[in-house]
Amino acid sequence: MDVPDPTILNSRDAIIKITTTAICGSDLHLYNGYIPTMEAGDILGHEFMGEVVEVGAGVSNLNIGDRVVVPFTIACGNCFFCKRDLWSACDNSNPTPETLETLYGYAGSGLFGYSHMQGGFAGGQAEYVRVPFADVGPMKLPAHLEDEQVVFLSDIFPTGYMAAENCNIQPGDTVAVWGGGPVGQFAVKSAFMLGAEKVVLIDHYEDRLDLAARENENLTTINFDDVEIYDRLKELTGGRGPDSCIDAVGLEAHGTSPDAIYDRVKTALYLATDRAHALRQAIFCCRKGGTVSIPGVYGGLLDKFNFGAAFGKGLTFKMGQTNMHKYMPSLLSAIEEGKIDPRFVISHRMTLDEAPEAYDKFNTEKNDWRKVVLKP
Amino acid sequence: MEKNINDTERIVSIAAAGALIGFGIKRRDTLGFVLGLAGGLLAYRGATGHSHVYQAAGISTRPSPNPRSPYKGWFSGKAHVTHSITINRSVSDLYHFWRNFENLPVFMKHLESVSSIDETRSHWKSKAPMGYTVEWDAEVTSEIENKRIGWRSLEGADIANSGVVEFLPTEDRGTILKVVMTYEAPAGRLGSLAAKLFGEEPGQQVAEDLRRFKSLMETDSIMKVEGQPSGRAADALPVIIAARDIVH
Repeated sequence: MDVPDPTILNSRDAIIKITTTAICGSDLHLYNGYIPTMEAGDILGHEFMGEVVEVGAGVSNLNIGDRVVVPFTIACGNCFFCKRDLWSACDNSNPTPETLETLYGYAGSGLFGYSHMQGGFAGGQAEYVRVPFADVGPMKLPAHLEDEQVVFLSDIFPTGYMAAENCNIQPGDTVAVWGGGPVGQFAVKSAFMLGAEKVVLIDHYEDRLDLAARENENLTTINFDDVEIYDRLKELTGGRGPDSCIDAVGLEAHGTSPDAIYDRVKTALYLATDRAHALRQAIFCCRKGGTVSIPGVYGGLLDKFNFGAAFGKGLTFKMGQTNMHKYMPSLLSAIEEGKIDPRFVISHRMTLDEAPEAYDKFNTEKNDWRKVVLKP
Repeated sequence: MEKNINDTERIVSIAAAGALIGFGIKRRDTLGFVLGLAGGLLAYRGATGHSHVYQAAGISTRPSPNPRSPYKGWFSGKAHVTHSITINRSVSDLYHFWRNFENLPVFMKHLESVSSIDETRSHWKSKAPMGYTVEWDAEVTSEIENKRIGWRSLEGADIANSGVVEFLPTEDRGTILKVVMTYEAPAGRLGSLAAKLFGEEPGQQVAEDLRRFKSLMETDSIMKVEGQPSGRAADALPVIIAARDIVH
């Protein structure tokens, strides 16, 4: 539908004309109603890039015509958290922090297109977007890289990378990744980049497992419809369990075990807590003293959480929304140096007008619809 | 007979009286009679607004009337607010910005204006719930540069208020700003509670004002989101949609 073009509202804003954007797995949480404080008419989309068409008076490092990719977290650059590379915890980019404060104690940063409790910012599945703190967020791009190679620097590549970095990978380590969606795919690549000896990807969609296997020579895959995850991981690690486990699934985990069915019943009965099936498995399978790294989005409360196992094994948990600004420059370098070509995750290319259909298919046909890239 | 019961209490007395009398009448026994009597007494105190018991004890629950206030007091009550916030700027920057009270309306959303009268006194104008404005004069009672500013409102203020702002340096994370204030809520505790529900309770205002102050000091701006595009009717462009339909 037609909406008015965005305008400069603060002097540090810029307006970007979007050339390429994408749909994220976490957009489906919005689409499926798991995230509160959405309002009809909100513009979604937090993975986008494009051309600067207007800058506010307070922005001196961007020129009209610059080609940039924009991180999905909005950060001011000058608060306690930004200064410590905790960009997704920025104090000043969420103008409506009350809901999150009530829910969580303190509120995280503003996000593009991700509900009013995260600031109510209009997102980038559009032709134009207003970017606050444009002197901090947007990253300029070299002309020789095409859009599709770099658009994932807006979210999923740094997200997968941070997940792997949070594992504190040591030589000889085995990293197990739950979830072969795009974040999981990038987590796998990042784990290898960070020196993991063995990486195991766990999913039940064959296409995702095959893709990862094609892309990563030393990858081991587990299809949990065929094989018991715990047993297989134990076998692969000489009886110890993986040194670190990445939950790249998040709150809409599917499954058919009793706890997963319990989760789904609760959702149907509006008693919902987040569905943590993959996370429970990660905790169970992880070796003693290992790390559970969680890039997958969670929003509310967990039920039947095997915290005793976590305590009993002395696990470390690392998680959170990606601290985008910390990773973007070095990951751009990795792309430039040919260490990784992010285009491998794309499964569909459509126009912005086809977005509603894309959402529907992405939500229901998980095997084929891996990553949809949209062009306005 | 002088009224010494406040209005809320009077209404409550009458309501309770009605209930007790009704109940007493239904029961045809001694207890019913006693309840009916009690109800009668409550009705009397509610209707007249006078309680002999209170008079004997020398107390009144009526607030002292302020002829300038647009609010009819229900009961009076003081409210206290304490808020701290850490801001990544020097003590000096924050102190000097704050001490120039004319700056305060920039980030204190409910303040309309502040003007200095002299070195220590100033005139304040604020928006209040339900479209009223509230005005008062205030004076600085104590000030230590880069440390604290104490103030209090002067006689005749619609909402009497007083407090202290402290500026406390930290090792490496800027300044801690601490506001401690007391104010006389215009409709007492009840009004304070009602205002909280409507998001306009002064304690809440202070928290939001401090957050805006932090934003202003750390980023030179207060983040705006009103004015963004959306698909909502208020933002839509009906003319353009109609033209598209015609072309089709």
